[in-house]
Amino acid sequence: MSDLRELYQEVILDHNHRPRNQGELPDANARAEGHNPLCGDQLTLFVKVEDGRIADIRFKGCGCAISTASASLMTEAVKGKTVEEVREIFRRFHALVTGEAEGQEFFDEFDSLMALAGVKEFPVRVKCATLAWHTLQQALEGGGVATTE
Amino acid sequence: MLVDSEVVLDVTALRAQFPALAQQVRGKPLAYLDNAATTQKPHQVIEAVARYYQRDNANVHRGVHELSQRATRLYDEARATVAEFLGASRPEEIVFLRGCTEAMNLLAHTLGSRLKPGDEIVLSELEHHSNIVPWQMACERTGAVIRVAPIRDDGTLDLDAYRGLLSERTRVVSILHVSNALGTINPVRSIAAAAHEVGALVVVDGAQSAPHLRIDVRELGVDFYAFSGHKVYGPTGIGALYGRYELLEGLPPFQGGGDMIARVSYSGTTYAKPPARFEAGTPNIAGAVGLAEAIRFVREVGLERIRAWEDRLTELAHQALADVPGLTIHGPKPGAKAGVVSFSLRGAHPHDIGTILDMQGVAIRAGHHCAQPLMERLGVPATARASFGMYNTPEEVQSLVRGLAEVRRVLGL
Ligand SMILES: Cc1ncc(COP(=O)(O)O)c(C=O)c1O
Repeated sequence: MSDLRELYQEVILDHNHRPRNQGELPDANARAEGHNPLCGDQLTLFVKVEDGRIADIRFKGCGCAISTASASLMTEAVKGKTVEEVREIFRRFHALVTGEAEGQEFFDEFDSLMALAGVKEFPVRVKCATLAWHTLQQALEGGGVATTE
Repeated sequence: MLVDSEVVLDVTALRAQFPALAQQVRGKPLAYLDNAATTQKPHQVIEAVARYYQRDNANVHRGVHELSQRATRLYDEARATVAEFLGASRPEEIVFLRGCTEAMNLLAHTLGSRLKPGDEIVLSELEHHSNIVPWQMACERTGAVIRVAPIRDDGTLDLDAYRGLLSERTRVVSILHVSNALGTINPVRSIAAAAHEVGALVVVDGAQSAPHLRIDVRELGVDFYAFSGHKVYGPTGIGALYGRYELLEGLPPFQGGGDMIARVSYSGTTYAKPPARFEAGTPNIAGAVGLAEAIRFVREVGLERIRAWEDRLTELAHQALADVPGLTIHGPKPGAKAGVVSFSLRGAHPHDIGTILDMQGVAIRAGHHCAQPLMERLGVPATARASFGMYNTPEEVQSLVRGLAEVRRVLGL
């Protein structure tokens, strides 16, 4: 059961029960839909980009605890970051949840994202953890629909 | 031995015949409750397939040599076994295919070739994607349209609304017999009778009925009936489509190739009679042999007994799950459905339920069950689903209930 506790840490449960930055963003200038065909999870991301930085970000949609918490944590982690920085954070985050890299590669400021490290023991759940990130990438690349397929 | 006062089924002896059941998963005894997705295979089936490859393997309908004759005989016998299983008039009414999905594609393609703009195909809100998408593709090609018969809140088909959709424009009614997502058993006989009154053809997706109900296609009065071998304790990659012979005879081919022709020349080809017309290329001979063995196995256990046992487990599950706080079961009550228990747990996404149960050796399905329109109708993104087979036990139902307590604990509900 220790793997389960790793997966469903307090931080994850907290962000699942009380997701941050949830809702629509009326003045968003980038948006995208994310879709996980495996479980039917759906997510809409609203992003406001100013001078190459993420000025504000919100998400709407329903999903499992992992995808909801991941979306919530992501919105906190990327706010104020440049598009370039976001790409780099996603690269590291992806390596973290797929078990390709250990945590030390992360900067201290992304500590909260480390809460999702437990996902690496559950390969079928990687798509849940990365759905929001794929959707963000899609939004920054011009919008549309991202799927985890 | 678990002997119930009403239902006698020696489930311990039965389980001993399924090697995959006797394993530990995550350090816990496996409770396999995902039988609507696919069933485990008894020794008898595994051995029939192995024996075929070890002793009788050859191509069918081609060789004069002994092995080819044996393979051909086994393949033909398998067809006869399936015909009998479904109550068909003769073996030639059975087409071997990959499964239900391929059967629906065959029908949507062949029946679909005759559709005209404005023609209507009636489906239901319960359908599996395999009985939706092929018809949508046929509609795109022809301009025909799909009408959807609604269900009531209890997950049963609204028969009056269904009858209201039928008209002289209805060409095909294609509907599942038993819902994979809810277990609902559709009144196929009434559905078929009403469809025939307006001159429509009736196609039935029997993927979930074949493992649980005795089927008699003539008694049901249907034109086409499809099922998949892997859901009736047989191999994957094999299934069958029943079609009334006169109807099959009138259909164009589906795929072209060897075995489906009478004569080929570059000035034109004449097609073989059914069922060969629909079985282009080397068929899944070993699969057909395995499927026939699975049918024999199911018959030996007895479909009535299987149904009664699964009903018992379903009832037990309903009773036990009623005590889990925040849990809602979707679909009809036990007795009015096959062994499927689809549920939601407040505050827990089915995906999380699935993962946490898996850590306790309990295998269930979490998701939309390839029935997204139905999920939308139920107002849920997905459900968790336990589905029973002949070999499940009351103890496994208890493992599910215990597992759900752990789900609530882990998720802090
Ligand atoms: C009701 C129903 N129809 C069709 C299918 C498709 O069967 P198969 O994947 O074997 O072709 C399934 C199984 O997933 C099913 O449950």
